[in-house]
Parts: sequence; structure tokens; C-alpha cells
Amino acid sequence: MEVTDVNIRLACDRICLPAVSENEVQKLFTPGEDIPTCAGFMRGHGTYTEGEDLKASVAGVKEQVNKLISIKPLKSRYNGEIGDVVVGRVVEVQQKRWKIDTNARLESVLLLSSVNLPGGELRRRSSEDEKMMRKYLQEGDLISAEVMNVYQDGALSLHTRSLKYGKLSQGVLVKVFPSLIMRRKNHFHSLPNGAAVILGNNGFVWICPASGLEHQEDSGSAGGFIQDLEKEVPKADREVIARLKNCILALANSKMMLYDTSIIYAFEESMKFTITELLLPDVMVDVANLTQHRLHLDIAD
Amino acid sequence: MAGLQLLSEYGLRVDGRRPNELRQIRCKMGVFSQPDGSAYLEQGNTKVLAAVYGPHEVRLNRSKTHHDRAYINCQFSMAVFSTSERKRRPRGDRKSQEMDMNLNQIFESAIRTELYPRSRIDIYLEVLQADGSNFSACVNAATLALIDAGIPLKDYVCSCTSTLAPSQGGAPPTPMVDVNHVEETLGGPGLSMSTLPRLDSVVHLELSGTRLHLSHIDPVAEKAATGAADIMAVLDKAVRGHVAQCLHAREVSGQGADA
Repeated sequence: MEVTDVNIRLACDRICLPAVSENEVQKLFTPGEDIPTCAGFMRGHGTYTEGEDLKASVAGVKEQVNKLISIKPLKSRYNGEIGDVVVGRVVEVQQKRWKIDTNARLESVLLLSSVNLPGGELRRRSSEDEKMMRKYLQEGDLISAEVMNVYQDGALSLHTRSLKYGKLSQGVLVKVFPSLIMRRKNHFHSLPNGAAVILGNNGFVWICPASGLEHQEDSGSAGGFIQDLEKEVPKADREVIARLKNCILALANSKMMLYDTSIIYAFEESMKFTITELLLPDVMVDVANLTQHRLHLDIAD
Repeated sequence: MAGLQLLSEYGLRVDGRRPNELRQIRCKMGVFSQPDGSAYLEQGNTKVLAAVYGPHEVRLNRSKTHHDRAYINCQFSMAVFSTSERKRRPRGDRKSQEMDMNLNQIFESAIRTELYPRSRIDIYLEVLQADGSNFSACVNAATLALIDAGIPLKDYVCSCTSTLAPSQGGAPPTPMVDVNHVEETLGGPGLSMSTLPRLDSVVHLELSGTRLHLSHIDPVAEKAATGAADIMAVLDKAVRGHVAQCLHAREVSGQGADA
């Protein structure tokens, strides 16, 4: 058997993020540390009161809005907000609702009444539809959706009442930490390289061929439940998707924010490497640094 | 060597430390990408990996959920190659089950569980090399992993062990901090204490080994408490370094969006 390209490295040669002295960033707080307060402060997330004092309960930086003091941790589970775009996986079909795993601390619900069923917006939902639920979405299916409501206990309720949202068919899912996704106006991007990405606020990134997103917009009458697994994606498109996936992983490994510009830059900077090379740790750092550099140039302009 | 002593006549321990000296602590946060939080901690030659999953929905055993707080599940295990004699089973024996229960209680009192109703937090601990004070090293590693996962804690949970060297030539017995494996096997009492150093409270205290005279408990416990406070200083430094590193990378890359 012929073995090609085996890459062996020593643990001591691994590349870490460059060490940063604490002075270069804002003041950090760690669990149990006292937070200096003003009179009549309000207790926000990541803090708690012990007697008169306000203390941090997570490690991160302080965010103050008027009198509301909160500490934002570096990473945590996804905390949904109304209007967020999320990508999730169906884990359970229940009566009149689907349970969706969105990387939040409780499973999110997608009510049968908050999806567009085939046959127009104003269709009445009958008991027949309830029986048909598994035909629309079954366990393991991936969907894109929007957060409609946040319940008292923190669980999310989703809706797919727009042609942008619905079932996802052919593509790749990348999971990163939710805090790495930058909040933008638009989370659906068609990139110039022939691929489209959905940057879910919950840290799930969906990469598919550009036709994948347009296709859904066309399928108006089907309500976004069409999954075209027959259509063959050309090899060139697949390579673009694979490269994009590796670039996103490279950026996430270096703890860089993900948004359209950073992804496009990383993709362009990665062109001098082959797709498989992008999985090597030193190449990943290299791509991240080059991207960082280009973003810097943008700011300077 | 006839009598290996806990403390030599020059006041040094078997590995050359002073009685109040900790072993070297090296740690790293965020060692895995799959769990929500992870950490690796070395305390001398004791090496521990910790991984935290959650808070997440309870899928199995729904009866264990609490409607007003999170359910915490700790699993302690020792790699079969961690001890000098190969272990038969890594987890599930009486000793590890007891450790699981102790860990559960420690972290239930330290994590702000009331923020996460109906959820569950899993903490998995694996001892890769056992060289004494395994339980303490596990508690310290789990604290780092929980902080990495962004789970709200009242304070760092720091754990440290201490023992008492018998009196020599009229001098009073000396308490010693951070017990290693040789000292554990030499006999003598072993006290393991977990504290919330900044809140100045003790969440777990366990005495094992030979019996300890009542009059000696205070100095031995005090030694463990100062040891825990020292460990906190080390962990805090590591956490700040890690957070600063990640924040820096993120801030620099985030500026481009506004341009």
C-alpha cells in the first residue's frame, strides 16, 4: 500500500496564539472578582450580588449600558435574541411542533403554525397536516430559521415564514463558537466564488453552492421544504465549498470574527495553498494572519 | 533506605520541597474544540484533563431534571495507564463513584445553577497520570473548564491537600501542603479541602488516612486553605492570560466590519 503525504509534528512545536499582555486589552474580570460600581447600579448577565458588592461570575470584559452592568464571557452557549438567523437540526417531531437543536441550552421549538406549508400562505392547518409533519421535516434534517420568541425559561421559538428560510439540502455544516459570528444586517451571503453561506447567529455555518439559496427562493409554492438531492453539484463547486470550510475553520481556530469580508479575504488568501494543506495547523495560522493583515489595510484606507 | 521520612532533618520533603511549597502548576484552557469548555492541568506529575458539556437539554433520564435549576453530572475516571500498576477499570468502582458524588456536591454549590432551569451540565474528568492529590487536581481542572465554557460560577473552586509530618526531636509536628504520591503512601493523615477563596468559604473537606489529633486539625486545615488560595492566584493568572489572548485576536479582526 502506498502512503502519501503523512504529516507528523511534535507536540512541542505546536503553534499557539501569540501571548498578549493584559494591558493590551480592556480590563478583565474573573469569577468572584468585585466590580467597581456606581450608585444605583443594575445587575446584568455574568454578575451576581453578594451583600452590597457586585461580583463577576464569568471571565470576560465589562459592558455597561447606563446603570446596567454585565460581564460578557468569551464563549458560551447560544443566547437567542428575537430576529436572529439560526441554522439548526431537527431532533424530534412532536404534536404540532418540531424540536430543533440550535446549540442553545434548551432545545428550540418550531411550531407547525409558524412554518409556510406548501400551497400558499393562508392555508388552514388541519389535522391532516399534523399527520404529515414528518413528511415536511424529519429527524436529522437541517433547517434555517429565524428566532420568533424567547420563552421565560430561555427556550427559543423559531419561525420559517419567509422564503429565505426552510429546509437545507446539499452543502456543508461547520460548527464554531457562537460568539465568533459577528452580528450583521444580513447573514445570507452569496460569495463571488460561486458559493453561498448562511452564518447562523448560533455558530452553525452552512455552506452550499450558490444555486442552493436561489433555488429556495424560486420554490415559493412548496414553502421551502424541497430537498433536491438528485442534482449533482459540479466538482469545481465542491472544491470551493471544501476550501471555504477549511478557511472558516482556520479563522475560528485563531479566534477571529466571521463575517462576509473576513471569509472572502481568507478564501482569497488561501488560494496559494491546496485544500488539504489548509488543514495543517501552521497553514491555518498563516491564512488567519494574512486575512488579519488585509483587514488592517482596509481600516487604514 | 530504612525509614523514608516525610520530612528530612534539614526540613525538606521526599521530593525536595519545603513544607509550605506547592508543586509546579501548568495549565491550558480550551484544549478541545468539541466540548463547550475544556482544560488541561498539571500539578507536578499529576496530570488531568477536564471537559464540560452544557448547559444542554436533558435527553435521557428526564426524571433527573430540576424545574428551577440545572442538574450537574460529574464523571471522574482514571486512565488505565495512570498508575504504576495498570488499573483494571477506569471508572465505575466504589472509589470513583464516591469522587463523582463529592464533585457533584462541590460544583452544585459553586455554579449558579438557578440560572439554568431544566438543563444539565456534564463535567468529565480524566486523570492521565496519578501522582497524589488526584481529587484536588480534578477540582482545579474542572474549574478552569467551567470558566472556559462561560458557565457562571460564584468564585473559583480551588482544592488543595495537606498532611502532618510527625514530630522530630522535640519540635512540634509540621503540616505540609500539596501531598504527592510517595507522601500519600508513606502514611499519615491526608486532608483534602476545596474552597471558594475570594468568598472565604469551604465547600468540601475530607480527612483520610491515619487519625489526626484534634489539636492538629486547625494548623493542617489552615495549611490546605493557604495552599488553595495560592493555587487560585496561579489559576487566575492563567485565565487572564487566556482571555486576553482570545479577546485580542477577536478585537483586531472585528474592526474590519466597521470600516
